[in-house]
Amino acid sequence: MQLDEFFVTGEPLIYAGMVSIALVSAAILFILTYFKKWGWLWREWLTTVDHKKIGVMYILSALAMLFRGGADALMMRTQLAFPNMNFLNAQHYDEIFTTHGTVMIIFMAMPFLIGLMNVVVPLQIGARDVAFPYLNALSFWSFLFGAMLFNISFVIGGSPDAGWTSYTPLAGAAMSPGPGQNFYLMGLQLSGIGTLATGINFMVTILKMRAPGMKMFQMPIFTWSTLITSFIIVFAFPILTVALALMTLDRVFGAQFFTLTGEGMPMMWANLFWMWGHPEVYIVILPAFGIFSEVIATFARKQLFGYKAMVWAIILIAGLSFLVWVHHFFTMGAGAFVNSVFSISTMLIAVPTGVKIFNWLGTLYKSRINNTVAMMWSLAFIPSFVIGGVTGVMLGMASADYQFHNSYFLVAHFHYVLIAGTVFACFSGLVFWYPKMFGHKLNERLGKWSFWFFVIGFHVCFFPQYFAGLDGMPRRVFTIIPEWMPLNIISSVGAFGMGIGFAIFVFTVVYSYRYSEREKTGDSWDDGRTLEWATPTPVPFYNFATVPHINSMDAYVKLKEEGKTTFDEDKLEPIHMPSNTGQPFIMMAFLFVASFGVVFEWMWMAIAGLIAGVVMMVIRSFDYDEGFHVEIDEIKRTERSTRGL
Amino acid sequence: MSSHELKTGPLEYRTQEGQMTIMGFWIFLAAEIVLFSTLFATYAVLFGRTADSTPPGELFEPGIVLIMTFLLLTSSFTCGLAIHEMRRGSVKGLLIWMMITLLLGLGFLGFEIYEFIHYTHEGATMQSSAFWSAFFTLAGTHGLHVTLGIGWAILLLIQVAKRGLTPRTSRKFFVIGLYWHFLDVVWIFIFTSVYLIGMVV
Amino acid sequence: MAEHNKRIPMQHVVGFVLSIALTLLATWAALGSNLSTTWIISGIMILAVIQAGIQLFMFMHVVEFKSQNGHVPWNMMFHGAVLAAIIVAGSLFVMSFGFTHDHDGDDHQQHEQQEDDGQEQHDEGEHEGH
Repeated sequence: MQLDEFFVTGEPLIYAGMVSIALVSAAILFILTYFKKWGWLWREWLTTVDHKKIGVMYILSALAMLFRGGADALMMRTQLAFPNMNFLNAQHYDEIFTTHGTVMIIFMAMPFLIGLMNVVVPLQIGARDVAFPYLNALSFWSFLFGAMLFNISFVIGGSPDAGWTSYTPLAGAAMSPGPGQNFYLMGLQLSGIGTLATGINFMVTILKMRAPGMKMFQMPIFTWSTLITSFIIVFAFPILTVALALMTLDRVFGAQFFTLTGEGMPMMWANLFWMWGHPEVYIVILPAFGIFSEVIATFARKQLFGYKAMVWAIILIAGLSFLVWVHHFFTMGAGAFVNSVFSISTMLIAVPTGVKIFNWLGTLYKSRINNTVAMMWSLAFIPSFVIGGVTGVMLGMASADYQFHNSYFLVAHFHYVLIAGTVFACFSGLVFWYPKMFGHKLNERLGKWSFWFFVIGFHVCFFPQYFAGLDGMPRRVFTIIPEWMPLNIISSVGAFGMGIGFAIFVFTVVYSYRYSEREKTGDSWDDGRTLEWATPTPVPFYNFATVPHINSMDAYVKLKEEGKTTFDEDKLEPIHMPSNTGQPFIMMAFLFVASFGVVFEWMWMAIAGLIAGVVMMVIRSFDYDEGFHVEIDEIKRTERSTRGL
Repeated sequence: MSSHELKTGPLEYRTQEGQMTIMGFWIFLAAEIVLFSTLFATYAVLFGRTADSTPPGELFEPGIVLIMTFLLLTSSFTCGLAIHEMRRGSVKGLLIWMMITLLLGLGFLGFEIYEFIHYTHEGATMQSSAFWSAFFTLAGTHGLHVTLGIGWAILLLIQVAKRGLTPRTSRKFFVIGLYWHFLDVVWIFIFTSVYLIGMVV
Repeated sequence: MAEHNKRIPMQHVVGFVLSIALTLLATWAALGSNLSTTWIISGIMILAVIQAGIQLFMFMHVVEFKSQNGHVPWNMMFHGAVLAAIIVAGSLFVMSFGFTHDHDGDDHQQHEQQEDDGQEQHDEGEHEGH
């Protein structure tokens, strides 16, 4: 392979990308070396098994991916603003919408939510870490290396260009030769390992590590949604693993699953992809529902209305999520009977979702709302998401779907549910729990600016797309006809509004780091209802000095009434904690090398990387590290200084 | 992260860590059910799509498949005995029955490799048609699981020989016992829905 | 608890004998009996499910009270089985439009169907005639 085949050449935008990657990497290397931070990086971050730090790393990576996916989106909107634009050519446009979709779903939405789960869930249930801290670190590094593998594709080897759904036969070896599509397969495969492990980890954590006395129906609603999400992950991700593996076998080893030769069935890919893909949609929306429920209950200063109905609605949605996958390809031609069955099951999902909407409205009813930035994101979610949901029901009618399918109507619909649902929840949750993570709040004034730019930009961007779709504009076109121009110009303006909103958000982070007041108490918003607010800020690495006995919902409200804390000096005992380890990082680095080898079909490299990865697993098997104990004196010292006693 | 240890009951359940790991492994097995059922679904959908290659009815032989099945069923039984010996506190019993299990597993693998090579010589390969891709992937994934299980069990045998029975080593053996029985469950379905049905239809 | 101290665990022996017997029965049903294909397939699939149950309950202790895992293992196996059914039956259901893998292609299939329909109408006509 020649060097000019290895690197992507001939595109000024990509050269700019290469230069900026080189500059940023050099700057990071320089800063770490100049300030002698390498040891700090290794000890505090790369080897950590602390769920709070892993959560923070997830969120930071997800924000970086949001930037990358957002940059892709702005390039697309620039190209589509006017007819016959020459900003991107067809090939480059195809690559960009593929990476935009994949990055946003797999490497932004999921890690962001998993990051919040990591930080919050153990704190909410009174646990000192997750069930398997080592595995948790492994999950993070598998996600990060998977994301890196996918992201380098645009400078090395070329990006995948068959859409985030990668339908065969287009994505097969015959029509998409070269490494591009392999980056998609291996990047998702590598990060999928970590997601599955996270699902198992959180299920066990929530089922086995709750504070004494806390019953299932006393758990905070975000914990509930995490439990159900983990359940979906465990049952959905193996399907993706198999689907990706089968396509890899097709592309790299000449198998005939989804090919046009050898009696393969290209549509079987669509079937498998959406059997994972639809539950995946709920994997990114259920935790979002959990976040909104927490934020709304806190700032409405009321107990969540209809808690039990909410929980059952989540469970019902999770169950139905495995029964609707065909609505993504009604037009495949499976026949009227098949389509009718899945059309009806799709409609059913609207019922529990509607229940939840009324729960939130019921919580807000007659409450004294504290209008913080976190609350504003949650309030904006309700009407925006309803628009997305109602158009979803329209798309769910199989016969009508023949009109909407593959048009901008669909594009508008899923952006309405994914942005108004997941992205708003990420912002809401991040702002809400930010003081728990970093010891200071985000500036509220700047936060409101970024909120308004983003939310107005969002509606300006996507609302016209419904009409563009009804005017016949198909998705995935790289250029528009003059008839669609007015709507597209409006849409592009909105997209840049969202870009400005995100930029202000980043500025808010930097500004607040320098100027925000440091938190003095653990209960940053004064109205905290759940156990995470009972811990001091910054949270000690062992979380709880003593774990209180829980006997009601909204555990912290009860503790505050009774005047109790999580630092009961009479009950202190040495705390057992897991040791840090660099093994997960190293293991996943080796598997990264192996995956890179598969991408370029360099089998020597794939086998070498795999063997090294297996050696790391053997080392792990012989590792009988027992962790360590935090002594009572140290707990007392830490608690007294953080609580200002 | 409680380090409290129960004083009674099987060793593998005495620590909270042990209980959690076993629970986590059950959840992992549920994920494995989904993994294999996706492969079964692919096999079922692609059934009969042999293009120009030999159809399965002409290649499958009841003799070899029955021997493989009995080897694996027996290994599942001996694995159960190994765990039983472990609960009786006998390291020697555990080691002996586990080694028998692994030998039976190796026998199974030997037959499977022979079978695959045989099919390949008859022109049925991964590349020849959709049906054979699905067949080799399904049976091969199971075979790969058996291989990994054997490698993993050997590591555990070394550990228990060095350390004796502790809550941790017993937990590890209990977990690999679950894994081994589970592979037997998967094989029962491969035997039935791939080989038997392939010979009937 | 008594089960522990016994030299030979009867539960395992019974499970082993049963699974060998069921395997032989399934093989006989498939290769030696004169049943119709539909009966064979449904029969041996039921036998396979029973055998899986034997492994889970007699070897894997899926409902072991001592584990303190509550209903989790049982629950996960149950949902796994439900999902397996959805995935396999659902795929066959959804992809059934593609089961025309006879080498003559789709035209032939449609043609055949039309012929069948014609035949049925013809039959009905005959009935009326009588």
